[in-house]
Amino acid sequence: MQKTPLNQIHRDLGARMVDFGGWDMPVQYAGVIEEHLAVRQSAGLFDVSHMGEIQVTGANALAYIQWLTVNDAAKLVDGQVQYSAFCYPEGGVVDDVTLYRFSDTRFMFCVNAANIDKDFAWMQQVLADSSIPEVTLVNRSKEFAQIALQGPKAEKILACLTDLPLANLAYYHFCEGEVDAVQMIVSRTGYTGEDGFELYLPAADAGTIWQKLMAAGQPHGLQPIGLGARDTLRLEKGYALYGHELSREITPLEAGLAWITKLDKNDFVGKAALVAQKADGVPRRRVGLIMLERGIPREGYPVFQGDIEVGVVTSGTMSPSLKVGIALALVAPEAAAAGTELEIAVRNNRMKAKVARPPFVE
Amino acid sequence: MEFPEELKYTEEHEWVMIEEDLAVVGITDFAQDALGDVVFVELPEVGTAVEAGKAFGVVESVKAVSDVYAPLTGTIEEVNDDLIDAPEIINTSPYEDGWMVKIRMAEASDADELMDAEAYQALIAEES
Repeated sequence: MQKTPLNQIHRDLGARMVDFGGWDMPVQYAGVIEEHLAVRQSAGLFDVSHMGEIQVTGANALAYIQWLTVNDAAKLVDGQVQYSAFCYPEGGVVDDVTLYRFSDTRFMFCVNAANIDKDFAWMQQVLADSSIPEVTLVNRSKEFAQIALQGPKAEKILACLTDLPLANLAYYHFCEGEVDAVQMIVSRTGYTGEDGFELYLPAADAGTIWQKLMAAGQPHGLQPIGLGARDTLRLEKGYALYGHELSREITPLEAGLAWITKLDKNDFVGKAALVAQKADGVPRRRVGLIMLERGIPREGYPVFQGDIEVGVVTSGTMSPSLKVGIALALVAPEAAAAGTELEIAVRNNRMKAKVARPPFVE
Repeated sequence: MEFPEELKYTEEHEWVMIEEDLAVVGITDFAQDALGDVVFVELPEVGTAVEAGKAFGVVESVKAVSDVYAPLTGTIEEVNDDLIDAPEIINTSPYEDGWMVKIRMAEASDADELMDAEAYQALIAEES
């Protein structure tokens, strides 16, 4: 199993470790609910070093990225981040990613841990097939550790360790500089829906920076956060997770990612299939569901409208903030309007749920 | 982690306290710790017939769904309704306030088949 540079620190903290897509990762420390609420109310520290970093450089880097991705990378300025995705020619999703622009000839993708090898191979294949010259791809995933500091107190905590002008760093922007004398990328992004940062730093410095952040954050209620709360936090905000809301079989239009799928930009891998799907009518829609009865929706539970099975739950949990079951589901368009009452088969009991537009928690 | 001597235990991580021909049933400290924060409990209705080794209820944590199995054959005599609104009691008091059901045993001697605290601890030492 693969380990991040922070593995021993998690064990010393008494984390419960799990196999997450081949990575030995902390699923919880103090408990999912306590950790979840800490991020919403003060701050949490996440080891996300399993995520991948793939660098794209060269004179034609932007042209290649425009061909590779669904969003319009030409809109990015230096120091900006964009949420995007790679699609197969058939329209299904290879991965959802964030794209960092350092200059017009240097970019970096942050990709999902379980998809690093698949993505890098895909990027190489797309490059080769495109015959775009002067583009270099480097998988730098092993060089980088990644630590996410998330929550309303995140800026205050990070400011203890750096002179970087954090107050001027806008959402989905990044800068490079020193945090506690370690050169790193400081990105105002995250997967919790709270204010916060994702730090990309040399793997060798991860332990020191983690401990310094924990110490700086202690007066502010900073807690280490496992994958369990990472999932409930993203679900309350309705964020997609690859392998659940996104896959080779699910297009970005179905997955609620039409807002990043720029069908009016020049040709890109998957565009023709997506244009055709939009013209024919998207056959299913990703929706949010809030339980109207006691019961917790789980991935794979079928969704009914009357006697007709109209879809399936792709992720579900008890919302620690709302104390009610919430889910993301793929359903037929007729069942997708906000406010529609549907039923989820919870272990063979039909339970009422209502279609709601995420975020479930503001 | 505690495993009271006076209780009996199952391989599915339930505990049983025998009170004459009634068996009080809950899940062990080991089980609640492994589950994490319990957020939902589903219990049978009073009068339901249960069979040893068959699921009679469900415990859900934030992340996972787990069946709870009847340690003994019999009829549900009483259920702990407090758990419906406060399932976290299972985490905070697995052996006392977190009891789940009382089963009127069909055969009181069935309880002899269950593990004692020592055997159960040996089992979980093997599992973890």
